[in-house]
Amino acid sequence: MHLSLRVWRQKSASAFGRFETYEARNVSADMSLLEMLDEVNEDLIASGGEPIAFDSDCREGICGACSVVIDGVPHGSRHGTTACQLHLRHFKDGDTITLEPWRARPFPVIKDLVVDRHAFDRIIQAGGYVSVKTGGAPDGNAIPIPKTDVDRAMDAAVCIGCGACVAACKNASAMLFVASKVSHLSLLPQGRVERERRVLAMVRAMDDAGFGACTVTGSCEAVCPKNIRIDVIARMNREYGRALLKAGFVE
Amino acid sequence: MPLDAHIPSGPLESKWERHKSDLGLVHPRHKRKYDVLVVGSGLSGAAAAATLAELGYRVKCFCFQDSARRAHSIAAQGGINAAKNCCNDGDSVSRLFRDTIKGGDFRSREANVYRLAQISAAIIDQCVAQGVPFAREYGGLLENRSFGGAQVSRTFYVRGQTGQQLLLGAYQALSRQISLGNARMFTRTEMLDLVVIDGQAKGIVVRDLVSGEIASHAGDAVVLATGGYANMFYLSTNAKGCNATAVWRAYRRGAVFANPCFTQIHPTCIPVSDEHQCKLTLMSESLRNDGRVWVPRRREDCAKAPGSIPEEDRDYYLERKYPSFGNLAPRDIASRATKEVCDAGRGVGPGGLGVYLDFGDAIRQMGIERMRERYGNLFEMYERIRGENAYEVPMRMYPAMHYTMGGLWVDYHLMSNLQGLFVIGEANFSDHGANRLGASGLMQGLADGYFILPYTIGHYFASGRPSKAPANHPGFAAAETEVKARLARLLSVQGKRTVTSFHRELGRLLWNDCGMTRSEAGLREALRRIPELRAEFWGDVKVSGSGGELNQDLERANQVADYLELSELVCRDALMRRESCGGHFRTESVTEDGEAKRDDAQFAFVAAWEFRGEDREPMLHKEPLEYEEARMSTRSYR
Ligand SMILES: Cc1cc2nc3c(=O)[nH]c(=O)nc-3n(C[C@H](O)[C@H](O)[C@H](O)COP(=O)(O)OP(=O)(O)OC[C@H]3O[C@@H](n4cnc5c(N)ncnc54)[C@H](O)[C@@H]3O)c2cc1C
Ligand code: FES
Repeated sequence: MHLSLRVWRQKSASAFGRFETYEARNVSADMSLLEMLDEVNEDLIASGGEPIAFDSDCREGICGACSVVIDGVPHGSRHGTTACQLHLRHFKDGDTITLEPWRARPFPVIKDLVVDRHAFDRIIQAGGYVSVKTGGAPDGNAIPIPKTDVDRAMDAAVCIGCGACVAACKNASAMLFVASKVSHLSLLPQGRVERERRVLAMVRAMDDAGFGACTVTGSCEAVCPKNIRIDVIARMNREYGRALLKAGFVE
Repeated sequence: MPLDAHIPSGPLESKWERHKSDLGLVHPRHKRKYDVLVVGSGLSGAAAAATLAELGYRVKCFCFQDSARRAHSIAAQGGINAAKNCCNDGDSVSRLFRDTIKGGDFRSREANVYRLAQISAAIIDQCVAQGVPFAREYGGLLENRSFGGAQVSRTFYVRGQTGQQLLLGAYQALSRQISLGNARMFTRTEMLDLVVIDGQAKGIVVRDLVSGEIASHAGDAVVLATGGYANMFYLSTNAKGCNATAVWRAYRRGAVFANPCFTQIHPTCIPVSDEHQCKLTLMSESLRNDGRVWVPRRREDCAKAPGSIPEEDRDYYLERKYPSFGNLAPRDIASRATKEVCDAGRGVGPGGLGVYLDFGDAIRQMGIERMRERYGNLFEMYERIRGENAYEVPMRMYPAMHYTMGGLWVDYHLMSNLQGLFVIGEANFSDHGANRLGASGLMQGLADGYFILPYTIGHYFASGRPSKAPANHPGFAAAETEVKARLARLLSVQGKRTVTSFHRELGRLLWNDCGMTRSEAGLREALRRIPELRAEFWGDVKVSGSGGELNQDLERANQVADYLELSELVCRDALMRRESCGGHFRTESVTEDGEAKRDDAQFAFVAAWEFRGEDREPMLHKEPLEYEEARMSTRSYR
């Protein structure tokens, strides 16, 4: 098939960017979108041009590296799919596809389609863990955990930290990301011990990083490649309220 | 240079316990004085960095991705082994040990493997404490599944995302140490050289992948946790960014490289669909718990729809050849059996390069819901890539390059022959011999990082060997200059061929001549061709952009340049090893019924290669393998 591409090109963080047009000729419908970009880059390199920079690693939808807005939708409009798993069979011959980086103030563009997502790491560093050291852990079966709790914890823990939720939100809110971690850990007995401290610290880090407020539009849920449900946000809000009450103050 | 593995004396079962209490300790107050550079943030690297920081060392951790959480370990699907005997099916430390030694076809070091089996249970406990949501039964206890090469169920898992959850556990532990100021993380930073001063590893040279700046970091010890080199084959199940640069640079600085030819081909991957494909997708071995592998009995049936082929015309070749292990035969054996039936013209799908993995029986027995629960995400992944629903039609599978058992040589302390250079996880060679069993890579990475290195590195510091090398030592500037010159050279060739075209050609050559089956003639041809290809690369490669910016083409070029050297060592090692063992099948060494013939009399050793300069052949050192406990027997899974 033959596709036309409008791709955001930006030399560096401080440079101005603009769309450039490329043609992807003779590509196969079995290719993924990123494999097509590989091909376009091969041609660009061979003809002395500069290849399009984009992040990717696993190409299996699990590492969360790939981050391309496809025709206005982070990871494209196929449900529960990362850009690296989006195959060309879902496009029509002759289509024009527009590719852009995540656009959100806390995720500055580094180059072309590559953005800086360190803000997510900082949020986890603020409290997205269980404070246990290596060694001395009790037997893994010492505390039985109801299967339903583990299953719900895992439904939230599947987050790949790609940032599509932020890119889709008109306020650039990171609530889905933060709530996934808060839910995962607060659903398990191991994580419950420091649940109050965790949620307060993570929310503060999220605000400090410049992410916007959540107005519950659900656009994050719609683009999440792991189908994480917006329910986790409700759970986090409850956790947050609970933590504030317990801490004895309400802002 | 004699290689001493420093295996402690005494009975196998008590070696590690006794040795641990003999190891030197660093006083908590003094730990702050030691800088440890951990290169890699996968399971082994993140576990080590977190644990060392908890102990009080000053840790710097490096990875090339934009976040530590994206290391390749994230992609592991199936599970992690541990001898907890949760199923009351007769598992024990000694059984896990024996299975792993046998799975590795008696080419791994006994004492290391025993220790690994001993530590395995503590890993699961540690991960549970971190909040890893392992699968549980209705009663709330941990659930297990079976994996290849074992007759007990000892594999712990988190749906089809075990690696992800284990890695996030380690990443979160590391994040906590970062927030406490005990560790610093350098992302989008690639190590391009090792700095060795007076025979001791003293630092690394790195490139900031965003600015292109070259800088060095000095440390009292360097830990390489940089993963395997399966990507050398171009098409593999590894992530695109996996590479061999760190270990290869260390080799060129004097670290010996062990068993480079021991590479693993995974039997169940989604077959290649077209020539532009850049990577292959693994379907977890856990699928073989419930999936049955078959091809048509007759070649004429191969083009027919699988559903139209009656039971009696199907050949369940793994069940037929290996009745006691059946579909759960170890990877090397299953891969080879698959290649055999396809070579005999009975493969299915494009080019006849595929076999069926059929869930029909399991679905009939357990119901579709139970299947969905077990493998839902894998079926989904298959459908996404193939556009076919595996609940209705069998999956099509073909073997693909997956894992590298070979790696830098390390002793019992996980230290290489270079003082102060520790190597952990897939990057070392230590525990899997000639073939790794499923679900034991994660186990080894975490054992190394959480429970072994933190003890042995302390001993290195305590024994007073390391001397401080200041960051302004001329050794650093010299290494930086070399790195800069090499990158400049890559950019200056400005030839006609892209980096990928070289990589693809190398991959094809290796797959054909140094893949599942190897022959003297094929290997000799590869050894003739690789230097030619390398010369063509340096004479005709085209790398775009400059060194002072984010330049993925340059990153790739540098990695492929290293593959063009490493591949030669791999073939050289394969040629030397004139026996069939594990993933290494030599056509010159087969039994009468066509099975692999191992040659213990001549090859029961670890082959460790020493670099002696570009224009000299590397030198082979042999570390003999002696077994006290395991009996070297011919592997049989029949
Ligand atoms: C698809 C797939 C599925 C698997 N499933 C299983 C399974 O179910 N069970 C199992 O036990 N094993 C499995 N394995 C094997 C297992 O996942 C790996 O062996 C293991 O995760 C490797 O961990 P590691 O810590 O050694 O390295 P990796 O996770 O590969 O991490 C390497 C790290 O090193 C960094 N790095 C590399 N080079 C450099 C450099 N030059 N400079 C800076 N940083 C660098 C990377 O950024 C990364 O952080 C699977 C492997 C694959 C490919
Ligand atoms: S490349 Fe890993 S999720 Fe897309």
